[in-house]
Amino acid sequence: MKVSILQFPGTNCEYDTQHAFEELGAATEIIWHKSESIPSDTNLLVVAGGFSYGDYLRSGAIARFSPIMKAVEVYAKNGGKILGICNGFQVLTEAGLLPGALKRNNSLHFLSKLHHLKVINNDNIFLEKLNNNDVVNIPIAHHDGNYFIDAAGLKELEDNNQILLKYTDANGEIKNPNGSVESIAGVCNKEKTVFGLMPHPERAMESILGSHDGVKMLQGFLEA
Amino acid sequence: MIKAIINVSLKAGVLDSQGKAIHHALDSLHFNGVSDVRVGKQIILKLDTQDKTVAMTDVTKMCEELLANTVIEDYEIELV
Repeated sequence: MKVSILQFPGTNCEYDTQHAFEELGAATEIIWHKSESIPSDTNLLVVAGGFSYGDYLRSGAIARFSPIMKAVEVYAKNGGKILGICNGFQVLTEAGLLPGALKRNNSLHFLSKLHHLKVINNDNIFLEKLNNNDVVNIPIAHHDGNYFIDAAGLKELEDNNQILLKYTDANGEIKNPNGSVESIAGVCNKEKTVFGLMPHPERAMESILGSHDGVKMLQGFLEA
Repeated sequence: MIKAIINVSLKAGVLDSQGKAIHHALDSLHFNGVSDVRVGKQIILKLDTQDKTVAMTDVTKMCEELLANTVIEDYEIELV
């Protein structure tokens, strides 16, 4: 199992992500954004979190045109598995690989804390180790995590089971920290090969650090 | 030389949290006659072309591809 992790100027979660996947037994490689190809033995491509290009213009807007992104689009088109975490989610929406967009949090505050999430659809490789309605506790750390999609797009997400996770309280009741439409924390594409979420499962790998709920999420990819 | 002034703002119907916060601040300063506040950004480009049609075509493409995210934003282009 090989996980390739993209690194743009301003990415800052690539080493946490690498550590998390290596702990789970995967081989990893960090790919600088100027590279024009993705290692051919890649089983999962991760667009890691951070502040690519300082979030200038819009979060993810400039990274989306980095040299590596052409290869990412081809990789996605061929059915390659991609996971975008936080800024990675923003990059994937900007690139049109995932529907919707991420706006400034309604409160205008940068949010950094553990937050509960409820599994909405587990019929995909990412969440298959969890059950629908399971509640996990995962850190969020974002300023622009307010997921927006129009009514037609939302219906499509619902019809195709593309909503992965929603923000809730510990009991699984909706609790929306940032104003996201329908409290959505993560979505996937129609083919269920490209996944994006604002919360950071790679930061929830050890109980001593607050939660190990990320293990079950990332493990889903390792048995592909 | 043509100057292109591009105003990008959130679409009508997309909640503008910054606009709302500024509106509250204006209220608290007793500026009572404000019915709505929308925040956007302005991008100013200097273009080499002299041809306004070419300029408009180019800048529209720039807006669609990079300068605005049309999922949530509208843009207006003014050439001077």
